[in-house]
Amino acid sequence: MIHFDQVYKRYPNGREALAGVSFRIARGDLTFLTGHSGAGKSSILKLIALIERPTRGRVTIADRVTATIKPRAIPLFRREIGVVFQDNKLLVDRPVADNVALPLIIAGVPRKEIDKRVRAALDQVGLLGKERNRPTELSAGEQQRVGIARAVVAKPPLLIADEPTGNLDPDLAVEIMRLFKRFNDVGVTIVIATHDVHLVDRFDARRIVLGDGRVAAETPQ
Amino acid sequence: MKIGVYVDRHAQTLVGSLGRIAEAPVAFLMTMTVIGIAVALPLCLFVFLQNARQAMAGWNDAFELSVYLSKSTTPRRTNEIAAQIRARDDVASVRVILAPEALAEFRRYSGFGDALEALQENPLPNTLVVTPTSAASTAAGTAALRQALRAVPDVDQVQLDTQWVQRLIAIVDLLRRVVWLAAGLLGLGVALIIGNTVRLDIQNRRAEIEVMKLVGASDGFARRPFLYAGWWYGFGGGVLALLLVAIAIAWVSGPVSRLAQLYGSRFSLSGIGFEAGAMVLLGSSLLGWLGAWIAATQHIRAINPS
Repeated sequence: MIHFDQVYKRYPNGREALAGVSFRIARGDLTFLTGHSGAGKSSILKLIALIERPTRGRVTIADRVTATIKPRAIPLFRREIGVVFQDNKLLVDRPVADNVALPLIIAGVPRKEIDKRVRAALDQVGLLGKERNRPTELSAGEQQRVGIARAVVAKPPLLIADEPTGNLDPDLAVEIMRLFKRFNDVGVTIVIATHDVHLVDRFDARRIVLGDGRVAAETPQ
Repeated sequence: MKIGVYVDRHAQTLVGSLGRIAEAPVAFLMTMTVIGIAVALPLCLFVFLQNARQAMAGWNDAFELSVYLSKSTTPRRTNEIAAQIRARDDVASVRVILAPEALAEFRRYSGFGDALEALQENPLPNTLVVTPTSAASTAAGTAALRQALRAVPDVDQVQLDTQWVQRLIAIVDLLRRVVWLAAGLLGLGVALIIGNTVRLDIQNRRAEIEVMKLVGASDGFARRPFLYAGWWYGFGGGVLALLLVAIAIAWVSGPVSRLAQLYGSRFSLSGIGFEAGAMVLLGSSLLGWLGAWIAATQHIRAINPS
């Protein structure tokens, strides 16, 4: 599903975030990207979502080499990927239902269908009945679950999350991780970047440890 | 994408953009007022000129050319020339005033009777008074006719008696150009004002646009609400402009009718009319759309998630 082949990423300010990263993630895997901050976790996720492009090397997502994807084709490419952010990036002036519906509206799904799928997604994250609430009326954990509902509502085959539990207390963090595990159980490929090693230890999943822009360790091999 | 979904989405955005405007009504009203005034200015001038042309339409009948023949022309030759001119397509009628008649008339009306007695011979030539057809009663038409009459043998001089009307019409023609110029410049101004408003709108919604792009929105999708907002700005400004002009017309129409009455005319001011009004609304809406399109295309492309 994801293949990084000797990928380098140097930002315009001269910082080298990735220095020859290579790894493969198979379809249906749940993978944790760990490492201290600045190790290159976020850069990898940005390269997957085509927010950034590699300076050198090759990134292949779902059999497509990202370097060959033209800017005009990026929107369609991104619809195949669900993204969850640390700060959830919800639209605070819109109700929960509108936030979750956004990817479906963009994809041009008929309105009746949208209502149905939004309710299904909110049900999966345990927020049914909160459709008309504003995100600011919800707790931090609930807001993050809205973010997850938005990421999965269009049923993308790939879900990436950047520090999804960074702003949550440990109990809520475990709850969110279990939620990801459940989506993984139904076949979604998931990549989660997190610095929280203790949290990762509680889950039996593949782990890629980054250090100084390189893959420092992989478990299992 | 199915057509139904497409239409549905556009309708949703159209109403949605109105909803956003309703969230900040004061800012919208102020922008709309600026646009309304900008549109109303050339529109007022336009209405004024339309009315001026209408009022002057009757004056075209006053066009007359005096054709003075050379002194040696005989009365017979004078009548021949009159017949020749009468045969022209652009001439409605020709009146012949022979020299003795002209002198008698002059003597009667000028008050120089005694002085004229002292003259050995009649100083006045035979004269033809030529009235052009109404179709030829334009600045260009009369000028052409004058040119042609000058070329006739034995014609000494051709004088346009109502040159002041011609000048007035020329001024109105000039003013029409000025109106178009003003309309063009102010239209450009309207597009820029709306473009700038939309640019600020986009900056305020930068985070939202980033999120939309992250979940797969194309630039076109992110741009759409701003285009509709621009359309509403233009449409609202157009409505306001029509309202302003209607008020202005109502305000001056009383005095204008009274003035016309004093001149023995039944002229009264006419308004913009349905067709021109519809054109104004369409034009200002399109300008709004265009201004928004230029600003949104440029600024939304520059916003990328990070």
